[in-house]
Order: sequence, then C-alpha cells, then structure tokens
Amino acid sequence: MTLIKTSFGRRTFIKSTALAGGGMMLGFSWLAACKPSGGGMLSLPKEWFKINGYLKIGENGLITIMSPNPEIGQNVKTSMPMIVAEELDVDWKNVLVEQAPLDISIFTRQLAGGSQSIRQGWPGLRMAGATARQMLKEAAAKAWNVPVEEITTEAGMLQHKTGGHSAGYGEMASAASQIKVPKEVKLKDIKDFKIIGTSRHNVDGLKIVTGKPLFGLDYKEEGMLIAMIAHPPAFGMKLKSFDDAEARSMPGIRDVFKIDVFANDYEVQWCDTLSFNELVVVVGNTTWEVMNAKKALKFEWEPIKPKKETINIFGSMVDVVTPTGPENSDEHTENMKSASLKPANVVRKDGDPVAIFKKAAQIIERSYTAPFLAHSTMEPMNFFANVTAEKADLTGPIQTPEFMEKSVSARLGLPLEKININMTRMGGGFGRRLYGHFLVEAAVISQKMKAPIKLIYTREDDMTCGIYRPAYHATYRAALDENKNLIAFHVKSGGIPESPLAANRFPAGAVDHYLAEDWSLPSNISIGAFRAPRSNFIAGAEQAFIDEVAEAMGKDPIDLRLELLAKAAANPVGKDNDYDAVRYAGVLKLVKEKSGWGTASDGVHRGVAAYFCHNTYVAQVLDIVMKDNTPVIKKVTNAVDCGIIINRIAATNLAEGGIVDGVGHSLYSAITIKNGVPQQNNFNTYRLIRHAEAPKEIEIHFVENEIDPTGLGEPINPPVIGALANALYKATGKRYYDQPFLVKQDLLG
Amino acid sequence: MAIFNLNVNGKTQQIDVDPTTPMLWVLRDHLNLVGTKYGCGIASCGACTIHLDDTAMRSCILPISAVGNKSITTIEGLSENGDHPVQKAWLEHDVPQCGYCQAGQIMSAAALLKDNADPDDGAIESVMNGNICRCGTYVRIKAAVKTAAKTMK
Ligand code: FES
Ligand code: FES
Repeated sequence: MTLIKTSFGRRTFIKSTALAGGGMMLGFSWLAACKPSGGGMLSLPKEWFKINGYLKIGENGLITIMSPNPEIGQNVKTSMPMIVAEELDVDWKNVLVEQAPLDISIFTRQLAGGSQSIRQGWPGLRMAGATARQMLKEAAAKAWNVPVEEITTEAGMLQHKTGGHSAGYGEMASAASQIKVPKEVKLKDIKDFKIIGTSRHNVDGLKIVTGKPLFGLDYKEEGMLIAMIAHPPAFGMKLKSFDDAEARSMPGIRDVFKIDVFANDYEVQWCDTLSFNELVVVVGNTTWEVMNAKKALKFEWEPIKPKKETINIFGSMVDVVTPTGPENSDEHTENMKSASLKPANVVRKDGDPVAIFKKAAQIIERSYTAPFLAHSTMEPMNFFANVTAEKADLTGPIQTPEFMEKSVSARLGLPLEKININMTRMGGGFGRRLYGHFLVEAAVISQKMKAPIKLIYTREDDMTCGIYRPAYHATYRAALDENKNLIAFHVKSGGIPESPLAANRFPAGAVDHYLAEDWSLPSNISIGAFRAPRSNFIAGAEQAFIDEVAEAMGKDPIDLRLELLAKAAANPVGKDNDYDAVRYAGVLKLVKEKSGWGTASDGVHRGVAAYFCHNTYVAQVLDIVMKDNTPVIKKVTNAVDCGIIINRIAATNLAEGGIVDGVGHSLYSAITIKNGVPQQNNFNTYRLIRHAEAPKEIEIHFVENEIDPTGLGEPINPPVIGALANALYKATGKRYYDQPFLVKQDLLG
Repeated sequence: MAIFNLNVNGKTQQIDVDPTTPMLWVLRDHLNLVGTKYGCGIASCGACTIHLDDTAMRSCILPISAVGNKSITTIEGLSENGDHPVQKAWLEHDVPQCGYCQAGQIMSAAALLKDNADPDDGAIESVMNGNICRCGTYVRIKAAVKTAAKTMK
C-alpha cells in the first residue's frame, strides 16, 4: 500500500468542487462521450456530481472520466482513464470517457510527445481515482456512522460488512462531492489491479469503424468557410508578389490575401517552428472550389536573406542560423561526409581512446546515413478557427495545445483566457503536430475574414512545407586487440541541422576507452521532432555497427551485447550512463528465448538489435526470407520492458506499429531536395510501406514487472532498423549503410 | 454548376455542384458525410475509398459527373449499426490506432470479401495494397479480414 500526498508542487492538484455547494448539475453531451464497447452499461444519469477535474459520478453510478492528453493514436484516451478507473475501483463497463478541455490548472502535462503521457500522467491519474474513492468512503462512513477504515469498495460499490451496509457510488456521489479533499490517500497494491494490465478496447473504436466525425478535418460549424494556403515551392525562397485576378473570379471564392504567420517582433517558442512566414491564402465556400482557385494563383518568389534568430527552447535561448540559397541533397551528402572528417565537439570521453586506437591490432570503421523524412500523418495539417474581437475558439489536431495557446494569444493580441483550444482526435502525430503554425495561420485567417474558417493543407502542402526529420550521418570506429577484444569505441555523428548523438547511451559505460563527438551543419530546410527523435537514426546505425564488431570478434551478436552489459552492470565506466544495464540485458535474454535464437531454420536470415530510449528497453529479432530476389520480412520478435503495462491490446498494437514504422521508413522513404525543392510531394513519389511489404508476423513480449510504466510510442521503431540491416546482411551478404535501404540512391531524384 | 441526383447509402440526394467535383468533396462538404477521408487526392492512399455499386473506388478522383445511376455506399452506410462483419472484426481485433485510414481500409476489405469469400494472404495483400496505414496496423488488418471472412461464411 502506498500513501501519496494529493498536492503536486505548488499546484493543488485535486480540486474539490464542494466550495460551489451541493451537487452540481453539469452540462453533458452524449455525443462528446465515448462508450467503451461491451454491453450491460448503465443508462445515462439525471444528475452528475463532479468529484474532481478528472471525474464525475452520476446518481445511478455511471462514471465519466476525462482523458487529459491529446490522442494521436497512442491510445491515451483509453489507457489514461483506465488508470483513474482502477484506483477509483469501478467496473470499466460503467465508464464513459470524454476528452478533457485544455486546463493547466487541473491537468499537469497536456501534451503528446516524448512518449511521456503515461509515464508522467501515472501518479496524477492514480491520485485522481484514489482521492475520489476515499471521498466516497468518507461520505459513506458519515451516512452509516461507522469508521471510514472499515469501509471497503469493489466495482463501484461501497460496503460496511459488519454493519450490513452497502451502497453504489452513485448514491454517495452527491455527499462525496462535498467532502473535503483528503491530504493523503492510499493507492492500490499492484497485485490488486483489475483493469490495469488487461486488454480494453479503444473507447473511440465504434466511432472510427462507423465513420463518425472525430478528427479535426471533420469539424464543422455553421457558416464556416474553407481556407487553403500557398507557400514557396522551394526552401530558401519567399514570396515576392502574386497575381490573384483569375483566382478571385472563380466560383465560390470569397477572398485572396497574404498573411504573416508571426509578427516581426515575436519571440518564437520551440513549437513555433515553421518554414515560410509569408503565405498566400485563398478562402471560399467549399474545398474543391478553393483547391481549384489555388491552382490559378500566379507567383513571383525571391531568395530569403540569411538570418540568425534566437529561439526559446524550454526556457533556454538558442541561436539558430538560416543560410540563404537553394540547397541540394547531393551536396548535403557530400557536406556531411566532409564534416565527418573534420574535428568535432567532444561530448564524452572515457579513458584514453586516442592512444588505444593508435595501438589497436584491428580497427573497424563504418559510416551510416539517413535522409530527410516527412511525417506524413494520414490526416493532413488543418485547424478550425473562429476569432472575434472578444475571443478565439480553435478546434483541431494539435500535440501542444498548452504551448500554442501562448502563440495564438501573442499573435492575435488577445489574453490567454480568451483563447479556447479544443483537442480533436488526431489522424496521426509522430511529432509533426508539436509544431502548430497551422493553428496560428487558421486564427489569423479567421480574424481577417471575421468568420469561422477551417484551414486545410493539401497533401502536397503538407509534404513540401518542411519540418522534416533531419538528415543524419554517423561514423563508428571500434578498436580490437590481437586477441580480438574490444578495447576502444568511437562514435562521431552529425546531421543537417542537428546531431543525433546520445553520448551516454550504451555502449558508453561498457568500454574502458570511449569517445563520442558531434557536429552539425546549418540549413534552410526546417526540421522537427519525428517519432523517437535522433534515436530513430542512431539506434539503427549503432546496432548495425555492433553486429559488424561481433562478427569481427567472432562472437554471437547477442552474447557480445550481454557481455558488454554485464560489465556495465558490475563495473560501469564513466558517469551519467543513461540506462539500467540489467533491464537492458533482460530484454535481450527474453528475445533470445522467445525467438529461439541460435536454432537455424532453412532459408530464414536473422538479425538482432536492442536499444534503450524514451525510458523503455527493447530487443528485437527480425527474420527475412528471400522471395524472387526480394527480402520479405517473415517475422519480428520483440521483447519490451516498459514497466507496468496499462492496456495490453493497445500496447501490443502500438508496438506493432512501431515495427512497421521503423522498417518502412528505413526501407523505402526519403525526401530529397533539388534546388531547394522537395522532389516528393505526395504518396506516389514519397514511398510509405504498404500491406504487402509489412512484416508477415509481429510478436510482442512484455517483461512483466512492477516498475512504474514508461512510454511505448517511440522506443520501438529505432532499434528495428538495426535488426533489419543485420538480417539483410545475412540474407544478401551485403551490409546496408545508407537509408532507404531498398531504393536505389539514384532513383531518389 | 449542374444538378445531380445521387443514390447515397440508399437515399436519393440532389446536389448542385461543379461537375468536376470529386465525390470525396461532395460527400464531405455537401452531404456532411465525413467518414470518407482525404489523404492524398491522387488515388495513392485509399483513405477515400467508397463503393460504387459493389466496387471499391477512390472517391478523390471520381468526379460526380462520372457516377451516373450507380449507387454509392460510404462507411456510414456500410451497416446500420456498425455491425457489418468487417466492422465487427475491426472492433474485435482493436485494429485502429489513430483511426484515420480505417474507413478506407474497411471499405476496401468489405469489397474484397464480396468478390472473394475466402482470400488468402496474397489476395488480401494485393487488394489492400492501395490503402496506406501510417500507424502500421497492417498485421491486425490482415487478421481482421480473415476473421470477417470466417463470420461471413
Ligand atoms: S485521398 Fe483518395 S486515395 Fe488518397
Ligand atoms: S490507424 Fe492511423 S493511419 Fe491507419
């Protein structure tokens, strides 16, 4: 049993509504709530009693739980309420889920990013449920005049055994809403969990499969107009002039004008990243009319001036340089290669790597690269805005509502409390919707039109407006002595415009002489976080390199990793190693067992990889068979240690998606640039993995433990790229260093 | 502008639009049926899949003028209460992640099962290959198609 305090820093985390006096009738929209699948649910109550910001209870015992975080497909809308329901001790079939409003006075971190929703939400969600349960118990103790300690709960029922009393939560909800919030509450023992760790279906499942409006693009209001933007066709260019005569005369068109997304003197935050500040906007009645008018616009573009800005990244001011001039992927490749040969920043050094490399009997050196990638959320960028002189109502898909509220407030000159951002379900995020310039654009357009508008990006707008995964390069070196022992390790990595280095990760801590260096090159191509930032490249490169090192040492690749991890566990080298070597080894051992590693089977070529990022440990074995000279991914076996599993079916689904993401992008996807112009602008030229290319089978095995849960959205896709490269080597006899592995570099444009 | 009489999900609808307007936007903007999704606009992703009579079509490249007297079924009209075997199988396997591509996936799968009651892996892969799922639910989709095929027998 754990006792926890109900305050969180300076915030009084759980607020009672008792101050309002009496039970409250709360507005409730049936459409807004989601009914978990499964029959036998209670009907709607006549009255709701709000116990705290996370939940309300109807007089008949029905529960509504608010899901605080944005839903991008990572299942938080189901799994976060499951945690509240567990501690509240209710039957899941009597729970409705509603998307919470943006309210940072109640909720701690209303953001989808970094695989942190569950990890950071965990204590607060448990507390919300446990506090409400305690208040219900106290209300019952008062009503029955018995000691509160003697009251037990189960599945939404309160009971006092010796006194023979029992009541549903609904009967005590009104009284509980007036109980003072306890200072301390007890949490359930993990062994008593009934909901956490089980499989619960997606609360939006029925709406999704029946095509109900759920997404930003589906949102409509009376009198709403459609807006689209036109941006420069090339990075390094900006708008000089435009001719809208023809577009204006086309049917259904209301207006054409230029906007500045941000004002000149605005101090941008990290999530205000955008590629083009000046846009031409077309507003009209319907999507098709606006799309056609957009095609009729004529433009003149001119080169940007080089600029240096200072950007506020989580409170620290960082200088960012944007050069002018059109860029090219060919030059990027060359420039990265030369940068990798120049001196770089030493980020970590253990022992004397330079001297050890000098006296090595054998040095293995390999370089790896990966291109820009577009996030390609299936739902393109869009946002609804209705801005009046008094307030701004904004609705749509955004991973960072709390941050973007500030951007919009500054841009419109309206105070924060007049900005209202509603979160819709998102057709994918992957990091792209951390950067909400489109939300600001929608607000500016609505303000100018004095009308509600929905801004829609075409796929082409979406794919060619940047915020790409950076292009990366990494060079690895390993020194072996005459007995083929690994004696020194060196990683030097960089990218455009950032380095993917994680200097304190394995094999740091496992090798006596270790050097990690980084470098970066400026660019006018905008970049952003992409599912598992940096790890999405460096993990695959590192794990492919370790495979070559194991081969040179004559060792089994799993055995080599386990030996190194045993050393890091018993006698770690250096400080600040960011991983737990025992848990790391744990996933490798589990994947070894589950995949039957070491048992050869005809025609199956296997690769292994393991990685730690976003607080979660993952190991994978990937099996390839060759069919008509083409590799087919037969099976991927995964071992995952993310602590306590909340929703098993959803966790498995998300992990499967991570595998498909990792193998898909590393096999097929790239954005290449010619004269500043992205050469891919839709799914006919930008290749995403499809049904026939997906792994035929994916197995996810979780390490069962009682460690607080960590995230699953990002840790899966990074290592599988290494497992894939290693299996491809076994299948083809060729090492794969440059992504995308299966697209000829000269076909990339 | 021209007037068209369409049969959508069993109802006759009269719409006055530019004849080049793709069915995707007729459904979404004019008929308020937003279950059919926009993903690419060039028949490359499958998010906009509908049935024209019994055939799966990409509505983003199907101008209203080409519909003629064929009847249109969208995800909203696939079943009355979300109980088409494909929809039920999707729920059973908890297929969706973000869910955005799934209406298109379901419409493609339902059309596939009309043509081929017992598709093998290869048949599922080739018919479904036009439907991208960025979240990577392919393995689950395949399993759900097989479950649906079984219940439809
Ligand atoms: S929107 Fe029609 S196929 Fe992509
Ligand atoms: S579920 Fe997100 S694109 Fe398929």
